[in-house]
Amino acid sequence: MENEILELLENNSNLAPEDIATMIGASVEEVKDKITELEADNVIVKYNTLIDWDKTSRETVTAFIDVKVTPERDLGFDAVAKRIYKFPEVKSVYLMSGGYDLSVEVEDRTMKEVALFVAEKLATIDHINSTSTHFMLKTYKKDGVVFKGEQQENERLAVSP
Amino acid sequence: MNWEQVISKKVQDIPPSGIRKFFDLVSEVDDVISLGVGEPDHVTPWHVREAAYYSLEKGHTMYTSNYGLLELREEINKYLESSFGVDYNPDDQILVTVGVSEAVDLALRTLLEEGDELLLPEPSYVSYQPAAQLTGADVVKVPTKQENNFKLDPKELEKAITSQSKVLILCYPNNPTGAVMSEDELKEIAALVKKHDLFVLADEIYAELTYDDSYTSFASLDGMKERTVLLNGFSKAYAMTGWRIGYAAAPEPIINAMMKIHQYTMLCAPIVSQNAALEALRNGNQEKDKMVKSYKQRRNVIVKGLNEIGLDCFKPKGAFYVFPSIKSTGLSSEEFAQRLLQEEGVVVIPGNVFGESGEGFIRCSYASSLENIYEALNRMERFIEQL
Repeated sequence: MENEILELLENNSNLAPEDIATMIGASVEEVKDKITELEADNVIVKYNTLIDWDKTSRETVTAFIDVKVTPERDLGFDAVAKRIYKFPEVKSVYLMSGGYDLSVEVEDRTMKEVALFVAEKLATIDHINSTSTHFMLKTYKKDGVVFKGEQQENERLAVSP
Repeated sequence: MNWEQVISKKVQDIPPSGIRKFFDLVSEVDDVISLGVGEPDHVTPWHVREAAYYSLEKGHTMYTSNYGLLELREEINKYLESSFGVDYNPDDQILVTVGVSEAVDLALRTLLEEGDELLLPEPSYVSYQPAAQLTGADVVKVPTKQENNFKLDPKELEKAITSQSKVLILCYPNNPTGAVMSEDELKEIAALVKKHDLFVLADEIYAELTYDDSYTSFASLDGMKERTVLLNGFSKAYAMTGWRIGYAAAPEPIINAMMKIHQYTMLCAPIVSQNAALEALRNGNQEKDKMVKSYKQRRNVIVKGLNEIGLDCFKPKGAFYVFPSIKSTGLSSEEFAQRLLQEEGVVVIPGNVFGESGEGFIRCSYASSLENIYEALNRMERFIEQL
């Protein structure tokens, strides 16, 4: 039941507990209790809305920055990651396998602001050896949802046997 | 020209399709929400479409064996064995067809002739009767009832059996009712099949869309494989309706006889569809399971919703249809469906198009988005309140 609730909410955080209860064949109370528990345990971290900002007048710039780090004794990468994720312009930080260590997503209003953030804030942190910044040009798909391109027309006949 | 003399009597005798008639009405109304669709609301999973591209790129554009690609038949057999515990010889006991529709036609033409009787549980999918009529056989309806959740009652079946009875059609999970027969219930039917020496056409196209219990294939019952043409396909489980690809599995003499008709009419199923089907069987389980889960969730929503607005509806255990009673409204199935369409723009299929015993019911498909289902339920509630 837990995973089914999570899958439904991940796809649509607007679903009411009543609807979820009907869909999975549980009582409303059970569903509400489960959701409260999942929220308390921080399994459900936050309820987000997926927005295609490109369709609005808001101008923002997003960059993905590959960061190479010398891990600190006893602390590994965590201490550096923490110093990075505290900045509000940092949207996400992942520890990666492969050619670099941390993948940092930064959002700001202009390219210049992002560049300055990298040069002045990020690159100067102790134990960071190098950064490589990639600006995001266009979002095709995010969190499993296709943003742009042709809308999938419903070509089904309205009536079929 | 006197067209009545030109067109064969057998074809003239086939009544116009009730669904077709309704389709014409629907095209005159704007902004409809349709619960009238008999196909999945998903596009074929991408990996299947991609496999079809790839097969075209590699130049797989030729005829295949009349039976279909051996690789595909082998994969079908593996699937039937692992999913339903029935085992066929891919060489001569499996025939790949252009949808299950072709397989129904082939099987009925192979088994029936003038004077034979076909036993058809009703309400029934719309193709069986016309296909049987074309063979010259008589169709004997066996009504199924709401109080039995539209399962085939062995007593009703036995009443309908005569010395002319030859073939029984079983379609579970059922279109249009969503009814499913359990293993024990099927065993009772199997006993009658044996006792009266019948042959069974088991249309199991909705087998994968079974929600609460595990599915029993009729051919897996003791002694029934020898008396069954098992039909299945890819349209419903893998959202592949437009590919027109299905198959029949049966004892070798039956498949050989069906093949005789198939080779002269179709030659073979389209090779692109066969390659796509192969990919679906090999790698399609994850997507299939996701779709099945989502149908089950939507079934729960629509059954609850219909009962709440006063349309009495049992919870079907399979397919993607619910078959609520509209008797409480005092309208006939056709009046209900027509007025609901014209007054609220919601499409449902009047139950009588599936045979007389469907009168008093409507078929609603829940292969539609959750938003559509909620909106349709709201509109239906308003419609019923205003009656």
